[in-house]
Amino acid sequence: MTISRRGFLGGLAAGTLAAGAARAGAHKHFKGHPDRLGLLHDTSLCVGCRSCEFACNEVNGLPPPPAPVDDKRVFDKPRGLSDKLYTVVNRYQPARGGQPAVYRKHQCMHCNEPCCASVCFVKAFTKTPEGPVLYNPDVCVGCRYCVFACPYYALSYEYDDPTTPRVVRCTMCYPRIKKGLNPACADACPTGAIRFGKREDLIQLARERQRKNPERYHPYLFGEDDYGGTSWLTLLAAPPGEMGLPEDLPHEPLPNLTTGFLSMAPLVAAIFPGMLAGFSAFTKRRRQLDQERHRAEMKALREEAQSTLARERRSFQQQVQLAAEQARREAEHRLRPPAGPAPARSDAPREEKP
Amino acid sequence: MSSPATRQGWFSPFNVVAGLILAFGAVIVALRFIHGLGYATNLTQTTTWGLWTGFKLVFVALAASGYALTTAVYIFGMDEYHPLVRPAVLSGFMGYSLFILILLFDLGRAWRIYYPFLVQPGATSALFEIALCVALYYTTQFLELTPVAFEWLGWRRWRRVMVGVTVALTIFGLLLSILHQSTLGALFLSVPGKLHPLWYSPYIPLHFFISSCVGGISMVILLGVISKRLWSHKFEISREQLDRLTVGLGKGGAIALAVYFAVKLVDIPLGNKWHELTTPWGAWYLVELLGFVLLPCGLYAYGHRERLPGLIRFTAAWTVAGVVLNRLNIAVVAFNWKFPLHLRYFPSWMEWVVVLFLVTLGITIFRFVARNFAILHDHPDYLAHH
Repeated sequence: MTISRRGFLGGLAAGTLAAGAARAGAHKHFKGHPDRLGLLHDTSLCVGCRSCEFACNEVNGLPPPPAPVDDKRVFDKPRGLSDKLYTVVNRYQPARGGQPAVYRKHQCMHCNEPCCASVCFVKAFTKTPEGPVLYNPDVCVGCRYCVFACPYYALSYEYDDPTTPRVVRCTMCYPRIKKGLNPACADACPTGAIRFGKREDLIQLARERQRKNPERYHPYLFGEDDYGGTSWLTLLAAPPGEMGLPEDLPHEPLPNLTTGFLSMAPLVAAIFPGMLAGFSAFTKRRRQLDQERHRAEMKALREEAQSTLARERRSFQQQVQLAAEQARREAEHRLRPPAGPAPARSDAPREEKP
Repeated sequence: MSSPATRQGWFSPFNVVAGLILAFGAVIVALRFIHGLGYATNLTQTTTWGLWTGFKLVFVALAASGYALTTAVYIFGMDEYHPLVRPAVLSGFMGYSLFILILLFDLGRAWRIYYPFLVQPGATSALFEIALCVALYYTTQFLELTPVAFEWLGWRRWRRVMVGVTVALTIFGLLLSILHQSTLGALFLSVPGKLHPLWYSPYIPLHFFISSCVGGISMVILLGVISKRLWSHKFEISREQLDRLTVGLGKGGAIALAVYFAVKLVDIPLGNKWHELTTPWGAWYLVELLGFVLLPCGLYAYGHRERLPGLIRFTAAWTVAGVVLNRLNIAVVAFNWKFPLHLRYFPSWMEWVVVLFLVTLGITIFRFVARNFAILHDHPDYLAHH
């Protein structure tokens, strides 16, 4: 695995992205490595010969693309990239009347801040200082989040491989670049529509061509700033929307849309346990207070019941005594002989005691 | 423990149908691994996440029953819902089990599932956070269920230890759920050009979290009535008590749906999307928003006010269907919405069979565990312990 220093630095750069919003306000803004390379596709020079497709497939060890170079029927339907075609040329009919059909080559754009790299949960992608974005199949789990997230539909997956499927796409011919060669498509192009060089120089060149031939080019240079810019630049012979490209893309790098949210995760993890423990403590305390109040109420009730009971018992005893007194008096009254003396007072209560 | 139902033997109608689905599904899963993703799925180079990803979102959203109820009971002290905690946690655990299984089927190299943790973590990925949270939450749910096993084994001391950390597990579980339920929505933050603007929102993580509360509460209502109907003799609470709890949960459902509706509603002016509502996509969006959010919200509220447990149960089923619809709309229907029909992705029959296989598997295992372990009632030896 070629993690090495470059991979480490790449990871570090991606890690600092997590600072997200905070960094936007700071003075430091990484504009990319100064001498990084790029490619320019001038669609006004492209004749749709598809030499680049053939060269690309050959260099990448793929079977040649379908239909020979001179067969124009392949352009009847727009074709997409696939695991057998890392670059594809499509034909577009501009809306402006009288303008001939134009061709555009599509492939991985090699973004300055690649979304595929930022969404990969095993850091399989590396943005090299030279420009190409590299992919390491040795760590890839095959979640295809990169394929899902790529705004240019530039990544393909080897669905038909059950054991070692990879994400595949244009590598900007990184192995050839390292050897001092041009990317194969640039060498194969017979009209000079594909130029390889330093990205800054290519932007200058493109601007110059636009300035000199304003009727030939749409003023937008695709790839200069879209989602933070790409290594591949496309000089447009028609508006981007008519050439199968997205329009009005923001200059903000795509990864920034996610990093702002993700940077909240540590905050959530910092705040919520304490807050929830607080709620739980409230609940526990409320339960305790309820129990205490309940106990106090029970105690009060018990005391009240006891005092009531004692009072009732006393009054009952009094009533009993009164009743006994009265009964005794009545009995005395009934039993008393009309003129005889009263019986001894001490005998009666013993008989009537409850 | 045996019940009249298990004594019917192995060939009850349910078992036969479930067995056939499971056997057929297992064959399809085997074919997927033998011949690769391209054989079993209709995934394309432009739509690489399809029906299975949609159901990953569905399984996790509906598995919110676990955190929803443990939070209500153990953190907010709604003790009367205690009888529903174990069915809710078990169902959540099953939901995550299905999520992990369908993830393994969908990954190109499933056997490298541990790579993000042990080989090379990519911490800037939303999927990394999801993987970490799901792994931890799955463990948490497992621990929350261990008392069931300890009761069955008769390990009183271990049971006491695990019951003692209930509140801590609940807090940890809720934290992880807040994080990964919302982060599942964050997966879509990076595709503003691919997901239809009515469903795309910078606040989509919030939408996902709140709708998971909706799904969780609705699942608890359904679990209650299904458990009562299937295992009436085992379920410890009476019909009247269950009805009372259902009416109470209906209120929770109404509140959760009202919040969800409000959040979805303010998203339209926030993203200036009014003009989208008049397109065919807008009509479909309104079906989801009015038919499966606002309508059930009103039904829940009405059912609670008028004490109508039957209506609340119907609404719960309706709401669960709405959560499924929402997740599939985002992952499949409204994704790559600009594509002409012939470039669009339509799931293959094998993808549907695998989903059916997993749902059947989940129900079968839930049924088995609920029948044979102390899920629906307190274990007789531990009645005084909670």
